[in-house]
Amino acid sequence: MYPSRFRYEAPHSLDEAITLLRSGGDEAKVLAGGQSLVPLMKLRFASPELIVDINSVPGLAYHRADSDGTLRVGALCRHVDLERSGLLKDTQPTMAAAAPLIADPIVRNRGTLVGSLCHADPQGDWASVVLSLGGSVVAQGPGGRRQIPVAEFVTGPFQNVLAPDEIAVEAVIPPARGVRAGGYLKLERRVGDFATVGVAVSIETSGDSVTRAGIGLTGVGGSTIHAAEAERALVGKPLTAESIAEAGQLAAAAANPRTDHRGSAEYKRHMVATFVERILSGAGRGHTNAAERAA
Amino acid sequence: MTMVFDDRGEETAEFPVRRIKFTINGEKKIAEVEPRLLLSHLIRQGLRLTGTHMGCDTTNCGACTVLVDGRAVKSCTMLAVQVDGHSVETVEGLATASELHPLQEGFREEHGLQCGFCTPGMMMAAKSLLEANPDPTEEEVRWALSGNLCRCTGYQNIVKSVLWAASKMRAASGE
Repeated sequence: MYPSRFRYEAPHSLDEAITLLRSGGDEAKVLAGGQSLVPLMKLRFASPELIVDINSVPGLAYHRADSDGTLRVGALCRHVDLERSGLLKDTQPTMAAAAPLIADPIVRNRGTLVGSLCHADPQGDWASVVLSLGGSVVAQGPGGRRQIPVAEFVTGPFQNVLAPDEIAVEAVIPPARGVRAGGYLKLERRVGDFATVGVAVSIETSGDSVTRAGIGLTGVGGSTIHAAEAERALVGKPLTAESIAEAGQLAAAAANPRTDHRGSAEYKRHMVATFVERILSGAGRGHTNAAERAA
Repeated sequence: MTMVFDDRGEETAEFPVRRIKFTINGEKKIAEVEPRLLLSHLIRQGLRLTGTHMGCDTTNCGACTVLVDGRAVKSCTMLAVQVDGHSVETVEGLATASELHPLQEGFREEHGLQCGFCTPGMMMAAKSLLEANPDPTEEEVRWALSGNLCRCTGYQNIVKSVLWAASKMRAASGE
């Protein structure tokens, strides 16, 4: 299989890339890791007329923390960089748990977090994780930069709010206001498969009390699901067996899964509750890195 | 190098061809490629290096795994134009004229293959692992190869083969 014909440009600066995108209009696509775009092009689900490959743009491969703890992930930071990151291990338990569960090790060598957010696959893992952390995407266009909360960035399956001449240059995770804990659990039939169910939970605690809770669900609806009611059940009190169970039930209620070859809707909904409870139980005990590949 | 395509009666207007320079298994090459040419096509059809196998062609199986600048990639999921200025290694680059690579020896010693279709991808993924981690545990080997599918062996002997190679390579480097 090979893609339809397209024009290929590999600019060396973001300004140049944006000018190229402008010339291509709706028919231009940005290529970063290419681990979703290239397969889509081969299957002819996508047939862009212009590919703007940003891999030659310097200075986008970073992930770093500002002095206030804000985490910034550049558009060419690969999944593998996050998987091996000491910074994430120490400060971002949910992200550290998710990074090794993205696709498979070879895909992780190329694919990027920012690209995954842009692709907006309802079964993509990073959108749930970044949503649970209250993160956002920085888009750069001809008029400058704007920052878009990921909850607003993703508008539906495979849809985002980027204008045709905008590039997502960075993902931003705000600093924790308390002690951060959390995890990501993913049910998959085999390595590299899409999530049957994925659950991202991030909480911040101050003293005994939960000050912030974020829950994002992967693969159990037409888009990434924000389980806001489940979050509210946790905030303003200590984590208890009761609040954990309630959050699990509310998250399951927020899920909107379909019965398919990966499992029944009922089963998937049940797994959402189970995963929320498992992650929160770990967080309550101080085990903040709940990486686990469920089978 | 010229790539030849089937004429399927599509538009005959000229399409842009790009000249790329890259290194493959230590040899410098220049190629003229259409942007939509995949790296796997360049390797197999352009360079006639048919050790890199095309299995699923959908980023699942890992049979087409090669190294680009030392990192394992699925060559069916990368454009050939993207290796401009970069270095590619394929299974043909493992052995020297007189000696097999320890990974190849390992696969022979431990019966790490049956039909052999997945083997080049397995060995390239393993090479990338051993360069980063010369003394992996069995679990780490399994993890590193989890993007490569084998339908014959059940993986047991593949894992043993990689551990055999790791041990031989450590011994050779005097550790």
